[in-house]
Formats: sequence, structure tokens, C-alpha cells
Amino acid sequence: MSTVVKAGGAGADYLDERTGLSKFMKKNLGKIFPDHWSFMLGEIALYSFIVLLLTGVYLSLFFKPSMTEVVYNGSFQPLNGIKMSEAYASTIDISWDIRGGLLMRQIHHWAALLFVAAITVHLFRVFFTGAFRKPREMNWVIGVGLLTLGVLEGFAGYSLPDDLLSGTGLRIAQGITQSVPLVGTYAAMFLFGGEFPGDDFIPRLYIVHVLLIPGIILALITAHLMLVWYQKHTQYPGPGRTEDNVVGYRLFPVYTAKAGGFFFVVFGVTALLGAFVTINPVWMFGPYTPTQITAGSQPDWYIGWLDGALRLMPNWEITAFGYTISPNVFLPAAVIPGILFTALGLYPFIEQWVTGDKRHHNILDRPRNVPVRTALGATAISFYLILWIGGGNDIIAQSFDLSINAITWTLRAMLFVVPPLVFVVTRRVCLGLQRRDREKLLHGYETGTILRMPTGEYLELHAPISDTERAVLLGHEQYAPLALEAGPDDNGVEPKQGLSTRVRARLSRAYFGEQVPVPSDGELAEAEHHAHELAERQRRQIEG
Amino acid sequence: MTSHAPLSIAHRRRHPLARVVVLLLALVAVGVLYAAVTGSGTASAARAAATPQQIEQGKELFLEGCSSCHGLNAQGTSSGPTLIGVGAAAVDFQVGTGRMPLAAPSQQAARGPVSYSEEQIAALAAYVASLAPGPAIPTESQLEYADADLAEGGELFRTNCAQCHNFAGRGGALTNGKYAPSLAGATPKQMYEAMVTGPQSMPVFADTTLSPESKLAIIKYVNDIQSQPTPGGLSLGQVGPVSEGLVLWIVGLGMVVAAAVWIGVKAS
Amino acid sequence: MSGQGHEIEPSEPAGAPSAHAPGLPPHQQRRADIDPIAARRAERQVALMFVGAALMVIAFVAAFVAWPSVYTTFTLPVLGTVSASNFFLGLTLGLSLFLIGAGAIHWAKKLMPDVEEVDERHPMRGTDEERAAAVAAFERGTAESGFVHRPLIRRTLLGAMALLPLPVVILLRDLGPLPRERLRSTLWSDGVRIVTDPALTPIKPSDIPYGGLVSCVPESLAEVEEEEGTLNARGKSPIVLVRLRPEEIRSQQGDDWDYEGILAYSKICTHVGCPTALYEQQTHHLLCPCHQSTFDLADGGNVVFGPAARSMPQLAITVDADGYLVARGDFDQPVGPSFWERG
Repeated sequence: MSTVVKAGGAGADYLDERTGLSKFMKKNLGKIFPDHWSFMLGEIALYSFIVLLLTGVYLSLFFKPSMTEVVYNGSFQPLNGIKMSEAYASTIDISWDIRGGLLMRQIHHWAALLFVAAITVHLFRVFFTGAFRKPREMNWVIGVGLLTLGVLEGFAGYSLPDDLLSGTGLRIAQGITQSVPLVGTYAAMFLFGGEFPGDDFIPRLYIVHVLLIPGIILALITAHLMLVWYQKHTQYPGPGRTEDNVVGYRLFPVYTAKAGGFFFVVFGVTALLGAFVTINPVWMFGPYTPTQITAGSQPDWYIGWLDGALRLMPNWEITAFGYTISPNVFLPAAVIPGILFTALGLYPFIEQWVTGDKRHHNILDRPRNVPVRTALGATAISFYLILWIGGGNDIIAQSFDLSINAITWTLRAMLFVVPPLVFVVTRRVCLGLQRRDREKLLHGYETGTILRMPTGEYLELHAPISDTERAVLLGHEQYAPLALEAGPDDNGVEPKQGLSTRVRARLSRAYFGEQVPVPSDGELAEAEHHAHELAERQRRQIEG
Repeated sequence: MTSHAPLSIAHRRRHPLARVVVLLLALVAVGVLYAAVTGSGTASAARAAATPQQIEQGKELFLEGCSSCHGLNAQGTSSGPTLIGVGAAAVDFQVGTGRMPLAAPSQQAARGPVSYSEEQIAALAAYVASLAPGPAIPTESQLEYADADLAEGGELFRTNCAQCHNFAGRGGALTNGKYAPSLAGATPKQMYEAMVTGPQSMPVFADTTLSPESKLAIIKYVNDIQSQPTPGGLSLGQVGPVSEGLVLWIVGLGMVVAAAVWIGVKAS
Repeated sequence: MSGQGHEIEPSEPAGAPSAHAPGLPPHQQRRADIDPIAARRAERQVALMFVGAALMVIAFVAAFVAWPSVYTTFTLPVLGTVSASNFFLGLTLGLSLFLIGAGAIHWAKKLMPDVEEVDERHPMRGTDEERAAAVAAFERGTAESGFVHRPLIRRTLLGAMALLPLPVVILLRDLGPLPRERLRSTLWSDGVRIVTDPALTPIKPSDIPYGGLVSCVPESLAEVEEEEGTLNARGKSPIVLVRLRPEEIRSQQGDDWDYEGILAYSKICTHVGCPTALYEQQTHHLLCPCHQSTFDLADGGNVVFGPAARSMPQLAITVDADGYLVARGDFDQPVGPSFWERG
């Protein structure tokens, strides 16, 4: 036996004697995970988080989270002799005077953008495939929590350098806080340790950014992964896949290699981005001061929709009895995101209430097979995208030579017109795709080969679908809406239904309403028979 | 002069007032030399005075190419503002950057191909300057920014200019289709003239509130940021997080999702 | 649920997937599975990637040593003039990481078994016996603790626990001062000179031409900032001076608050507080770049577009004995974003 194997054996023995490691390994080294690229989107988020932790620790060794005013005396000439906070000065030093400092800053920032983007696409995948259904509702809620924390963490992070661009964002945050009815001014004073900008906020933000939120995120990620581990991953419908099994590859060695390799790929991509593309060149913005601002002030992409909501909101303010309420500020900045995130977090429970479906689901839905859920998701995304575009309205105006006022008005109108339209279109597209699936099951797929019969007719040849595809298409669950108990009971008394029951039944009908039914066994048999007959007839005619 | 010796020609050449004349000439020469070497503080005395021929040429060019919008006497019409008092600097800027003559009425005159030669522009400028006093074209010496304070220029730029032209001078949107243009390609002379004349929507930054030294510092800073390297890599237009977000979604996420697809696809 | 007694029956789906499920599709061999030469080739490819990664690490160290200064640049197509240090450190680090990952993935895909395996899912819930045992254990514990049948203990415990969060909240009181009247006043008062920002020079009316824009602050600002050590005073007191022809001024916020056509308006947007300094000389509009609130300075600073609801506060000005522009008092309203007690 080689030394490595012997040493490994000794190590394993040491641990097993003390922790019972072998029991864990026996059960879990061979754990099966299903294999599909769309299941790796969450991993992108996980790996970017690790990259953030690593690069973040590096940056924290050099960054000075202090708003104490200093006069810059470093190597970067355009800022020589300028008064700035220590936070900003240390960021300039990291960028220009520390080898690898700029690279670490850039990797950190790119990874942060990637972290939230990955959570978002992972959320889309989970939503559109219905992976949030029982038993995974809690994991969904944890996920929404992770998204919220990720966004807050990113905002805190890019505000730490105290540069002109991010400082403007802090001013906006302070103005929004201040506008909250009743407690706004108190909250703003407590947050900033006084008036804006004060000298407390950056150090406070620092602790939130390097300790509090990462700690909570780590705990939530652990809970999130443990749930995935114990509940086992979901899988797409397909041959051999049932509600009671998991089909895939073993953790060790295949997933260790694939997932481990993917970590290095994600880290490598962020490092390459840090090498090739400039991000957040704070030395060009200048230090934050409340009297300066740059044209084209935008937040990072994941806050863009909130900025867009602020821009598109009409100027509605109410003054009465000596008090002021500013819906023009708190509607877009607090109410809309509050509604959206709450609806997002509660969605599994809302859907369960509407469908009355209390079963476990381990097989995923194909989005086309749940047209209303898919359409709802598409509608929400379209709403979000319009707000997001609104956040960049001045950049659009500048780049395409348009009027910023016209863009704003157009987007305001689109916000009301486009989402319902998207709902209707998406639902129709899903139903159309369902119809095509049914056609494929019954008649196979069109080959594009046209046969001209001696009798003069033209026939398109259809080829039968593969067994794999057949299994996938037949995996379409047929739901029926909740039925109200109809008819009087034995004593002739009509059942009383409360409002919530009736609403629920109505919604349930709307949710499932139109579906294209999967062909029954009888229909499939008949179609096969018909296809055989047709093929026979063609063969006879060709052979003459 | 002690004797009644016959007066020589040399004597008669030396007129009694000769010394005075020589002294006066010397003074004038020194004065001209001094003015030529140091240049003048006031803009209006800086250039050699426009010749009447230049002004006449300018007037002809004006009547031909400008009067339809600016009026026969440059007093302005509904199509164009008055040019009385705008100064030579305004003409040099507008015509020298191709903004004028305006080919078609639009929200804003854009930088474009220059329609007149340098000589013609000088003539037009001289004509307009002759109508009423106004900012003059800055001289070479007035544009010497090598000794200006770069960092101070940055502070001034961020306080007075960045809100319209963006932190890197890339320009920005104003209301109703107007915009503050990118400063790329603007020469120091054009920047100075723009600050002093306030073209179109741009405010006027007179020398009394933004001193010439401050203006030179700003010019130095603008030149510096435009020629500065982008150490972190491709610069994405220097318009901020919008382009960074787009690159992330398309390139960054694209690459990692492509890797995920590669991982998931069955190997052959 | 409705609570009216009749349960709503959830419907069962028709055509449950397992009824039609064929078994796993037959495994398709990969080249490396059947052809040992292909396997060796795949092995070499993986090894090459790992070796490449190692070489990139060495290159990283070399790049770190070779370019001690970020300021050393070189020009690349497309990317422009970049820092050699940043570019090469990032390129080598990125490639070394990427190649390890790509190597591991290629190894898994080509050489590790790709036969799909099946694992059974077991019901998550405990068996009925387990549940009963759990309930029994819990009930026993509850009974032994006395929590249920000793209400005095229970209530006093809950009462004490309910109060416990109080110290946490109360400790946060000193996070900051109470707002009081802080948001209602700025550094401006009668006679305070208006000076340019950042040069801090006082201004005479003749200094400002028509169409001019000057960013200004109170003369006392420098001193106050030195004392306080923060930018707080700067956050409320900046103003813009613009000069219009008197006939262009349609309205003001007070009679004769201008001085010979020179108007002074706050620079802090009434929406959420960004500095508003985009002045369009011809339309007299002041535009905020954050959310495009537009104020008409010729018309009392009224909002003409955008989400700001209140007009920009105006500062009444005049000249002092030496002819320099001064304020005639503080603003007559709080500047900046709205708040509840604003009135």
C-alpha cells in the first residue's frame, strides 16, 4: 500500500474513532444527484459567495472603514491634496499602490454582481419548474431571504468606499428613510448618528457588510443546503424517473469532480473579468461630498429597478394638519418592493391554497404545463424589467439621442400595458406548446419530408418520438381545479360556503382552467394503430 | 557748442528735439516688446485688432450663411438668437466645432463637420465681435495649462461640470432631448470658449466667478482623464454601473451558464 | 379553509407519471469507455489542463514580481491602455483557476462512469410509531416540567421573557440624536456672505453674467466644517446662483427675493436629496440627475417634471455694505427631502 493510502487510512481511522465518520460516509458518499445544467444555477451563487468571502477578507486587511477626513498624499496625482475620508483614501491606495489590490477589488465587485444574478436565475428556474412545492416551501422562503440579504449586502459593499457615486446612493437611501411617516426622521438620525452624512455611517455599514449579513447568509445557506441534502434534489420528468426515486450520478466521485470543478470555473471567470474589464473605477468619481454629483448616477444593477421605480413615480405628496406624507418616495422605494418580495416569499403557500394540492412533488413541472404560473412569473419579470429600464433612462436618452421625458412617459404607460399583455401572450404560448406536445404524442414529429403519392396526394412523413421524449411528454400532470361540494346533503340542506371558499374555487378554476389533455392510453393506442395503417398503405402504394 | 565754426551737416541732422523723439521711440518699443512677451490680461486687447477687410469679409459670409436665422443685423429672429454681444469666442466655438451653421432645426446643435475654413471663421468672429463687446477668443498664452493644479481642476470639474458632462466627461442627458455632449475631442480652446460663452443650454462661467486659472485647471483635468489609462481593463464607456450590469449578465453569467451546460451535456 | 364544515376535496391528477414510465434508457457508451486510446487521449487532455494551471500559477508569481507598480501600462487591442500588473495577475490567476475546473469537469465527463444510478426516496415523515413516541416524549416532558398545570410559573416566565427584548431596544437609543429642529435650519442667516464653491470667494452682482450659474456655500461653512469634522453643514446649505433678465422672472417665492435678476435657490433636491445643479441656461430649468426632477427657476422653482413634489426652496438675497451678495436670512422652509413633521 502506498504511503498516501496508509496515511489516509490512519486519518480516517482517527476521525471515525472520535466522530463516527464512517457512518456518514457510508450513507452519503454515494448520494445520487440528478444531472441537469439548470440545477447548477444555485451553485453559481454559492461559489460566487465563496469568492466574495475570500476576496473580501483580503480587502478587509487594507480597507479603513472610517469617515475621518484626511488629505490624500498617495501616488495618484489627480487626487493629490484633496480632502477625503479615510475609507476613500484607503480604497485609492488599494487600487493604485497595492499589488493585486485592484484585481481583488474588481474580482470582489464582479463576484457580487454575479452572486445576485445567479440567485435571480436560480429563482427563475425554481419558480418556473414548481420546485418550491411541498416539501420545499421553507427552502423557497430561505431563498427569498438570501436574495434580499444579497441585495442589501451588495448595496452596503459598494457604498463602503465613500465615493461620489455610491455616496449619492446613500443620500437617496437617507432621503427615503427620512420620508417614512411618523418615524422617518428618527430612523434617519439613528441610522446616520445624526444628520447626513455624519461620520458614523461607513463604520456601521462596514460591520453590517463584513460580519452581520455574511453571518446570516452563511447560516441561511447552510440551512438551504441541508434541506436540499435531506429532501433530495428534484428532477425533470423522464424515463425511469418517478416521484419516489432520484436518478443521477453519485456524489463521489462524479459530483465532487463536476461541482468542485465548477467552483474553480466560476472563480476563474470572475478573476478573468477582473483582469479584462474595468468595474467601479472610484478614483474617477472623486470622494463623496454632498455638493457634487455626476450625470448618469445609477446604482448597481440589482438596485436599478428601485431607482427606476423612483424615477417613474409621479410627484404625489400629501400635506395635511402640519404633516407630510410622501407616496412619491415610499411607494416606489418601500411599498412596491415590499409587495413584490412578500408575494414572492408567500407564493408557494398562495399556490397551494389555490390548487388545494397537498402532495409531495419531486418531479418538476415543465413550464408549459402550468400556463398560469408561467404567465404570472413572466408578468412579474416584465414589470421588473420595465422598472429596471427606467433606472437607466438617462443613459438610454444619451445613447440613442432621445428625450428623457418621452422615455419616462413611455415607460410609465408600459408599466400598466405590458404586464397584462405578457400574461395573455405567455399563457397562450404555453397552451400552444402543450398542443404541440399532444400532437407529437399522437402523431410523432414532422420530419419535413414530403411524399407525393402516385394518386396525387402529398403526405408529410412523421417520425415517432423517442422513448425518452415520450416519457417526458407523458409526465405531464393533469390537474383538476378544486371542486366545491355540490348538491344538498342527505337531509336536503345546501352546503354553506364562505367567501374564501368561493374565491378559492374561482381562483382554482382560473389557475388550471384551460389545459390541453394528455392523450389517454386509448387515444395513444388508436393513434399508433392509425399510423401503422397509414405506413402500410404508403408502402403498398410505393411498391406498386 | 563753444565756437562759431561753420555748422556741419551732422549738426543740422541732429534736431534739438531728436533726443526726445528717440526716448519716445524707445519707450514705445519697450512697451510693444513687453506686451508681446507677456500678453495682455484683458481678452479684448489680446488679439491683434481685426482689420476692416476681415470684418467686411465676415459680414459678407454672415449675410450669406447666418442671416437667415440670426437676422440681417444679427439681432436675432424667431429661428435664431441675437448675436450682438456674444463675442468672437462664441462664433469661434460654434462655427469651429461645426455646430453652426445649423443644417436643420433641432432640439440641440450637435458637433459636426466644420463648414468654414479657419480664415473664414476668423472673419466671422471678427464681424460679430465688431457689433458689440463680448468674450474674445483666448490666446495661446491664455491656454497654457501645464502649470495648473490638476487636483484642484478635478474638484472644480466635479463641482461645476460633472453634473451635466459626467465624471469622465462622457456627456449626459438634459430635458426634452437636449444633452450635454461628450468632451472627447474638444480642444483646450474650445473648452475655454464654451465655459466663457455658455453655448445653448450650457450656463455661462464668467471669468469673474470661475477665474481663468480655475478654467485652466479644469482643462488640464479634462485632458488628463481623457488620456488616463484604464488600469482595470476595458472601460465600458465610463457611464457607470449600467454598462457593468449589462456586461455581467451577457458575458459573466453567459460564460458560467455555458460552463454549466457543458457540465450537464452528455459526453460522447 | 372555509370552516363551514364541508371540506373541499383536492382532486387527484390523472395519468400519474409512474404508470407510463419506461425504465432508464440504455446507457450509451462514450468513446473513452470502449476505446483505450481515446481514454488515454482524454487523460492527457485533463493532465494538460492541470499542468497549464500549474504553469499559470508560476506565471502569476512572475507577473507579481515583474510589475511592482500598477502604473506601468501597456496597450491592447479592444481593451485599451491597461495596467500590466492588473491584467497579467488577473489573467494568470483566472486561467489557473479555470483550467483546474475545466480539467476536473473534463475528467468527470470523459472518464468517470456516467451510468445513471437510482436512489430511492423515503417518505420524509416519521412512521406513525415514531410520531407517537415523539408525542409521548413531549407530553411526558411537559407534564414533568409543570408548564401546563402550574400556571403561576408559566405566566410569570412568559411575562419576564416578554420584557427581555426591552434592554436591546433601549440600548439602541444612543445610536443618534433626536431630530428635534435639526432639519429646519441651515447655516444661512441674515448677512451671511455667499461664496463660491470650492474657491470660497465672495461674489459681487456684476460678477455674474446673464445665463450664469454659480455653485455657492455660506461663508461660515469652512469654519463650521473644521469644527464639526463632518460634511453635515455642507449637506443642507449649498445653493445655486443664477442670473435671469428681470423680465424673464415670472414668479418668486417671496417679493423681491432676487437681487437685480440674480436668484438664489437651494441645491438640494426636494425629492430625496441629490445635489441639483444641471442648469439649462435657456429654459431656466434646474434638473436633478438622480430621478429627473425638473424645477423652473424662472417660476418660483416650481416642479415641471419628475417625482419631486415640492418646489426648490429659494433663498432671499441682497448685497452688503461692501457690495457682496449676502443672504437675508435662512430659508423659510426645510431644505431637502420631505419628512412627516415638516408641516
